[in-house]
Amino acid sequence: MAWVWFHRFGSPPHFYRLARRLTPWFGWPALILCLAGLIGGLGLAPRDYQQGEGFRIIYVHAPAAWLSLMVYVVMATSAAVGLIWRINVGHAVAASCAPIGASFTVLALATGMLYGRPMWGTYWEWDPRLTSELLLLFLYLGYMALRSAIDDVARADRASAVLAIVGVVDVPIIHYSVIWWNSLHQAPTVMKFGRPSMPASMLVPLLLMLAGFTFYFAALLLTRARGEILRRERNAHWIAAALEES
Amino acid sequence: MNEPRVGFIAAAACLMARDLRLALRRAGDSLLPVGFFIVVTTLYPLALDPSLSALRDIAPAALWVGALLSSLLALDLLFRDDAQDGALEQLALCGQSFAGLLLAKTAVHWLLTGLPLVLVGPLIAIALGAPYAAMAGILAALLLGTVALSLIGAVGAGLTLSLRRNGPLLALLVLPLAAPVLIFGARATALAVQGEPIAAPLYLLAAIAVLFATLSPWALAAAVRIGLE
Repeated sequence: MAWVWFHRFGSPPHFYRLARRLTPWFGWPALILCLAGLIGGLGLAPRDYQQGEGFRIIYVHAPAAWLSLMVYVVMATSAAVGLIWRINVGHAVAASCAPIGASFTVLALATGMLYGRPMWGTYWEWDPRLTSELLLLFLYLGYMALRSAIDDVARADRASAVLAIVGVVDVPIIHYSVIWWNSLHQAPTVMKFGRPSMPASMLVPLLLMLAGFTFYFAALLLTRARGEILRRERNAHWIAAALEES
Repeated sequence: MNEPRVGFIAAAACLMARDLRLALRRAGDSLLPVGFFIVVTTLYPLALDPSLSALRDIAPAALWVGALLSSLLALDLLFRDDAQDGALEQLALCGQSFAGLLLAKTAVHWLLTGLPLVLVGPLIAIALGAPYAAMAGILAALLLGTVALSLIGAVGAGLTLSLRRNGPLLALLVLPLAAPVLIFGARATALAVQGEPIAAPLYLLAAIAVLFATLSPWALAAAVRIGLE
């Protein structure tokens, strides 16, 4: 059967062992990529002739913003897997995604505000990207609030899965409506992020950081998901054996 | 699941008639949200400069934030009683399309709590300094906007069905999802007040309303089923 691997994936002991084996394969590359990216971005890249040294915050800001969206998609996908095939591991992964995604969103917002201070002269501007990032944070908070409001784990899993799926359909609409809202408003554009083609010395560190953050997310997610599975399966027999192996 | 003896249209019509009759017996409940809407929009002139020229600028925002909050408040009426007396479970078990029946319930809910907003909204806009010529545009925007708000709100109400105290959580779930409706609705209203063509935001509002009408019944049915388990 072609689907055996899929159902094996959905068995908690199998997933737990797989996650434990895979975590270093994501964790160490993440560390190396981020170190290389930071050295390249903070040290080797030339300063921007318009934005000065301030632009270097983009090496944290852009990967965090990218991940804040990607984590939502991963969360909704694994929640959908959990809901459709009734695979508990999918729900556990989705539950582990939410706090990570919310943290990346907060990081993107905070670095965006720090970026805004020298560029716009103010920490908070109702810039479309920042605003849609803020709405994304509310979506994460709503997901976590719904999950924690329902006591029964199985019901919380399924209700929050429906919310995540509704959210993932709505996220692009929210994003573009916010962008159009601002462009329709003709807000005073203090500073335009016209993306000029970056020179390689700036772009390569950024790509390294993007890859590093993504690997970091994968390692973090696997670790969190293992914790989540241990918590959910705390009465199962396989746990003692699995913990002894490590 | 037993084989239904009547067609879906008959069942939905029967359900809608029942919901309407129940709501009309207790008309006060259904009028509460529109009363809230009127009171909230009345507060703006009190909090702000009461001159019409100043109010005209904030009229779209006042109108749409009021409509959003009022439709949020109204969601409590949607499933609460039927969940408590077991009517929802009967609907889930009756063999008809559950998503379709819930869509019919949502339609009645819009008729009772959304339509009053649509009718009162333009009058409030004029009280806040909008010109008479803007009435048609505001009416159209509210018509599309309240439909979309009822549909997305119903999903939130379904998700929080099993919780006893759900008000703040419902707001946190629904308000970010409803942000596009607010943006385009307020935008259409602002353009109408300025006497400019409002087709673009109206089309976008219509697109959102159609999308929600297409997708939300399935999410709604899933959410309510989970809540009933």
